[in-house]
Amino acid sequence: MGAVIETCGLGKRYRRTWALRDCTLAIPEGRVAGLVGPNGAGKTTLLRLAVGLLAPTCGTIGVLGEAPAAGPAQLARVGFLAQDTPVYARMSVAGHLRLGAWLNPGWDDELARHRIAQVGLDPRQRAGSLSGGERAQLALTLALAKRPELLILDEPVASLDPLARREFLRGLMEAVAEHGVSVVLSSHLVADLERVCDYLVVLVASRVRIAGEVSALLASHHRLSGPRRDPGALPAGLEVIEESHTDKQSILLVRTDEPIHDPSWTIKPVSMEDLVLAYMSRARDDRTRRLEAVS
Amino acid sequence: MIRLSMLQFRAQAATGAVALAVFAVILAASGPHLFGMYDSSGIATCQAHGDCVPLATSFVNKLAGFYAVFYFIGIGFLLVVPAVIGTFWGAPLITRELEAGTFQLAWTQSVTRARWLAAKLGLGALAAMATAGLFSLLLTWWSGPVDTAAPFYEQNSVGFIRLGYALFPTRGITPVGYAAFAFALGVTAAILIRRTVPAMAATLGCFAFIQIVWPIWVRPHLLSPAHTTVALTAANISGLAGGPGGTTFVSPPSLPAMAGDWVLSFQTIDPAGRPFNVNTVKACLGNNFQACQNALGRLHLRDVIAYQPASRFWAFQWYETGIFFATALVLAGFCFWWIGRRRLSI
Repeated sequence: MGAVIETCGLGKRYRRTWALRDCTLAIPEGRVAGLVGPNGAGKTTLLRLAVGLLAPTCGTIGVLGEAPAAGPAQLARVGFLAQDTPVYARMSVAGHLRLGAWLNPGWDDELARHRIAQVGLDPRQRAGSLSGGERAQLALTLALAKRPELLILDEPVASLDPLARREFLRGLMEAVAEHGVSVVLSSHLVADLERVCDYLVVLVASRVRIAGEVSALLASHHRLSGPRRDPGALPAGLEVIEESHTDKQSILLVRTDEPIHDPSWTIKPVSMEDLVLAYMSRARDDRTRRLEAVS
Repeated sequence: MIRLSMLQFRAQAATGAVALAVFAVILAASGPHLFGMYDSSGIATCQAHGDCVPLATSFVNKLAGFYAVFYFIGIGFLLVVPAVIGTFWGAPLITRELEAGTFQLAWTQSVTRARWLAAKLGLGALAAMATAGLFSLLLTWWSGPVDTAAPFYEQNSVGFIRLGYALFPTRGITPVGYAAFAFALGVTAAILIRRTVPAMAATLGCFAFIQIVWPIWVRPHLLSPAHTTVALTAANISGLAGGPGGTTFVSPPSLPAMAGDWVLSFQTIDPAGRPFNVNTVKACLGNNFQACQNALGRLHLRDVIAYQPASRFWAFQWYETGIFFATALVLAGFCFWWIGRRRLSI
C-alpha cells in the first residue's frame, strides 16, 4: 500500500530556528491519520510543507508520490484546510463556491451545494460574518468539492466549541465514508482524534515517536501495576514507555507484542490519550536528560 | 483565476472609474471654452507673423480663475496618479491575502501560484496602465492650448515647457510607464514586506524618490543634448547669473527661437573660447547694470547653450516610458522568481 505523505530527513528552517528538523515518516493511504504532538512540535510546518505552501530547507517530501504543489494536477489531488480556516471575509458563501468552481477542474458543484444546505449555511451570507464553526464547514466544503484524493487539515477544530467540533468531525467522517478520501489531520486534542482516527502519528520536536494503526497500538500497549520492582529486570520484548514507582508499587506503561503471563501484574488496557501522553512525556524527559548532559 | 482576480479587483476598479469619470466631465465641460479662447487668440499662426510673445502672454493672462487653477491641479494630479496606483492598488493586492491568510486557500486550489500571481499582476498592471493612460490622454488634450502658448509667455521659466521637469511626466504616454512601474513596485514591496501599511509606505517612498531624482539626474541625459551658440550684445543681455566656482555667467537671452526647448546649461565664453568671468569687468562690479551691459556688449562674448530641442518631446516620451515599462517587467520577473522559490513563507 502506498503512502500519502512520505518524508525523509525533512527540515524547515526560519532564519536561525528550525521549525522542523530531520523528520522521517510515512503515512499510508486510505486512513484517517491523526498527527498529534505538543505545540511547537512542527505539525503545522509539516502540513504546510505537504501542501507546498513552504519549501523544505533540506530533506525530501512526497505527497501522493509527487512533489507537493508540483503542478495543477498535483494540487488538484490534495485538499487543504489551513489553521483557523481562512476565507475571504467580504465574499459570500456562494461566492466561495464559485471560486472553487473556477479554480478546480474537478469541482463537484452538486456536492458543494448539497453540503452547504446540509450544514445550514445561507449562500448569500458573507463569509466574514460566519461563526468559527460555519467558517470551518465552508472551508471543508471547498476542500471536499474539489474531490481530492487526500485531505490535509491543520488543527481544524482547535478553535471550535464542543458542539461545532462534533458536527465538523461528523461531517468529515461522512465525507470520508462516502468518497473514500485519505485524511491527515493534526490536533493537540487527543479526544477529537480518538473519535475519528484509525492511524496515529505522535510527533514531538520533529521526531516521530510512534506511528501505527490505532487498534494495533492499543492492543500492544498495556498498563501494568504490581509490587515494586526494577524495570531493568523485566523480560526482553517488554519496552517501558512510562513508569512511576511508590515504595511498594510500580505502575508501568509498556509496549509488547507478546502476551504477558506474569501473574503478579494487574494488566489494564490503555486509552489513546494515555498512549499519546506517555510518548509525549517520554520525549520531554529525553530532552531534559540531554540538556542536563550538555550542561 | 482571471475571473477571481477581476472579482477581487472590482472595488479598486470602481474607484478608478469614478475618479476618471469625474475628471473627464470637468475637462469635457470646460474644454470647448478653452479651445475657443485659444482659437480666437491667433497663437496658432503666430510664428508666421512673429508676434507669438504678445499673443501668448495675453492669452495666458486671460486664463485667470478656474482654467489657471485647474491647469496646475491637472499637473499635480497626474504626478500623483501613478504613486496612488502603486500604493493603493499594487501593495494591498498581495498583502491583504497574506495578512488574512487567504493565500493558503488560493494556493491550495488546483492553480499554481505562478498563475495566481500572473492573473493578479497582469490584470492589475493593465488596469493601472489604462487608468493612467486615460487620465493623461484627457489632460494632454485639455492642456494643449496652454502648453502651446506657455513657452512664449514672456515671464516663462523652464517649468512650463512640455519637455522639462514638471510637465513632461504629466503628458503623453509617460504616465502609462510610471503606472506599470509603480504597480509592479507595489507588488514587489508587498511580496518582500508582507504587511499592508509598511508595504504601502515603502512603495510611496520609493516611487516619490524616483520621481524627484529622475528628472534631475537621468532625464536630461537620455539623449545627448544639442548645442547652440548665441552672440551677446548690449541689447540681448538679460541679466547675470551666479555659476559654480565663484564665476558669474551672463544670462542667455530669452530668444523666441528657444521657445519650448529644454535649456540644460549655458556657459559664457570669450572670443578665444575660454570661460568668461564677469568679475573681470569693472563696470559690472558696481550697481549700474546699464554700464555693465554696455561694457559686456563690447567684449564679443558668446553663450554656449546646451539644450534638448522641443522636437525631441516624443523621442523622450518613448524612451522614458520604455525604461519604466522595462523596469516594471524586471520587477514582475523578480516577483515570479521569489514566489516560485516559495520564499513567501508565513
